[in-house]
Amino acid sequence: MSDYMKRSFLVALWFVFLTFPLMVVKVNTLKNTVEWRWMNMLWVAIGAFVLSLLWRWALERRQLKNKEAESGEDESTRLGFGQRLLVEPKLYKPVLAVLFVATIAFPLLFDIYQTNIMVLALVFVVLGLGLNVTVGLAGLLDLGYVAFFAVGAYTYGILNSFWGIGFWTSLPIGGLMGALFGIALGFPILRLRGDYLAIVTLGFGSIAKIVIENWEEVTNGAKGIAGIPRPGFFGADMSITSATTYTYYLMILMVIFTIFITNRLKDSRIGRAWMALREDEIACVAMGVDMAKTKLGAYAFGAFWAGLVGVIFAARNTYINPNSFTFMESALVLSIVVMGGMGSIVGVIIAALVLILMPEYLRAFSEYRMLMFGAIMVLMMIFRPEGLIANVRRKYRGHKVMTEDVNA
Amino acid sequence: MPEITNKLLEVKGLTMDFGGLRAVDTVSLDVCTGEIVALIGPNGAGKTTFFNCVTGIYKPTRGDVLVHPPAKKSQRINGFKSNRVTTIGMARTFQNIRLFQNMTVLENVMIGRHCRTTTSILGAILRGAKTMRQEQETVNRSYDLLEKVDLFKYADEFAKNLPYGAQRRLEIARAMATDPFLLLLDEPAAGMNPQETRALDELIVRVRDTEKIAILLIEHDMKLVMNISDRIYVMEYGKEIAQGGPMDIRNNPKVIEAYLGEEADA
Repeated sequence: MSDYMKRSFLVALWFVFLTFPLMVVKVNTLKNTVEWRWMNMLWVAIGAFVLSLLWRWALERRQLKNKEAESGEDESTRLGFGQRLLVEPKLYKPVLAVLFVATIAFPLLFDIYQTNIMVLALVFVVLGLGLNVTVGLAGLLDLGYVAFFAVGAYTYGILNSFWGIGFWTSLPIGGLMGALFGIALGFPILRLRGDYLAIVTLGFGSIAKIVIENWEEVTNGAKGIAGIPRPGFFGADMSITSATTYTYYLMILMVIFTIFITNRLKDSRIGRAWMALREDEIACVAMGVDMAKTKLGAYAFGAFWAGLVGVIFAARNTYINPNSFTFMESALVLSIVVMGGMGSIVGVIIAALVLILMPEYLRAFSEYRMLMFGAIMVLMMIFRPEGLIANVRRKYRGHKVMTEDVNA
Repeated sequence: MPEITNKLLEVKGLTMDFGGLRAVDTVSLDVCTGEIVALIGPNGAGKTTFFNCVTGIYKPTRGDVLVHPPAKKSQRINGFKSNRVTTIGMARTFQNIRLFQNMTVLENVMIGRHCRTTTSILGAILRGAKTMRQEQETVNRSYDLLEKVDLFKYADEFAKNLPYGAQRRLEIARAMATDPFLLLLDEPAAGMNPQETRALDELIVRVRDTEKIAILLIEHDMKLVMNISDRIYVMEYGKEIAQGGPMDIRNNPKVIEAYLGEEADA
């Protein structure tokens, strides 16, 4: 313990030294004087000391846990609480019921501002779930995912402003356009892996934004497209409040739909092929899986959700411009997937809610948003590299197991 | 002698160049129905490259790879992608185990069924009767295969958690799941202890006899090779230096020279 103290003390000293010019010395250029803010130094020292202690304690705990896992029984038989929540009906049924009531009641309990933020968070939940297929399941890193989101949003914007096509018709078209662009991106990068894939997708995302910015005649350039109608409900006239509430419920349905579909796909022939592709491409192809088809399928399927939800995003904002589709959004969605746990649906939902809602409710700290963001990512990678809730692999029942169960 | 109809795999004058390096030099090899054929040779002789050419991982520079699947028409498969080669009916394992580490043992085998099932994305979403039947069939078949290689009890474990010998057997089960007529095993006994090797030796013979799958294997373990092979091909520096039954090979001076150096008769 004293060793810890000593080390933490050294860390604190080091931080005091590092931050000295920034935190302590302040030159007042008006009065030409130098202010010495010694209190700041004290705070930095205390802060660094405490954080360092916590850090060491957490690291040690983690190591102990790892050792336990190695020496003790199998890792896979001992699930974390989060994972048990997913598998055991006794645990997840009440949680699900409470969640259900909470989501239904949300717009009734909170005002339109909160509901609107929640809609945005739900949009990112779907984005996260979509990218989760490409990155989490199929292992294809995509840093330009927001491009498909933009394709969806602009599909609706353009269809509506040119031909007056409504929301409900645009919704599937947006999704299909997303998928189409997914395939278009997929073709040239079939052979790429890892870093190269990341760079090309990053470029694709940037290209999409630049095209939108400069194709004035169609996309209205940087000015964006305004006056996009909100989702209609059999032509009913709705106030902004009820339209927002309606959009909220629509998004809830959308999330449920996404979960339902992605879950089904995950436990299917296609989903398994995606996972195998992620694990080992050469072996996967050698086992008879068509690499091109499978990869394109993963890109198209992931992009489909971005396109679909892009339409809803455009309808929610009633205004879109290229600035909503920057690399930051791609990075945000990717962080949601990484933080949630690759391939884990519940983890992605929680991560999306945290990462979108946190900055909204912590507006006071908005200057430090990126700092906190980075800190969360670093901590996640060190302490929970498998994500908030790691993916639980499904157990399949075969005829042999059935008979054994009867005997047992 | 109805030799032609009997051949499953027929490789003629296969050559593979990497830039200026000739890794495989005009090697010919046949595998017939019900045979266990071994391909041996010192390290770096080009055996694995030969395998990669046959299974479509590399495209051979010259030569013919012909397959004669039972009850189907013959094909020249040079330059076919490896998934097509597998679909035709030749499945392989890898020298350095290439399992899907973070998938369960059962799922690993289920991947092998991929090319024999047809569910599409839409099918997976709708889960129609045909999809469900295929899915259940895949599960059942995979459990059966796990039982055959004695891995049934590990079905729900992650592949990475299996002991080494079990991982090797899992690779064989995964390859068998693709319904092959020819199984290509790349050093299946590498890193196994004598006991595991003996079990493997029995497994390979059992696969040949009960599943009617012919086998082509690369192996360094001479005892295993001599025990189970019907015919043996020997490669050195990319060239084929000998072929024949185990007894012939054991007494072939060229082979002895390749393995022990020139003064082997001393």
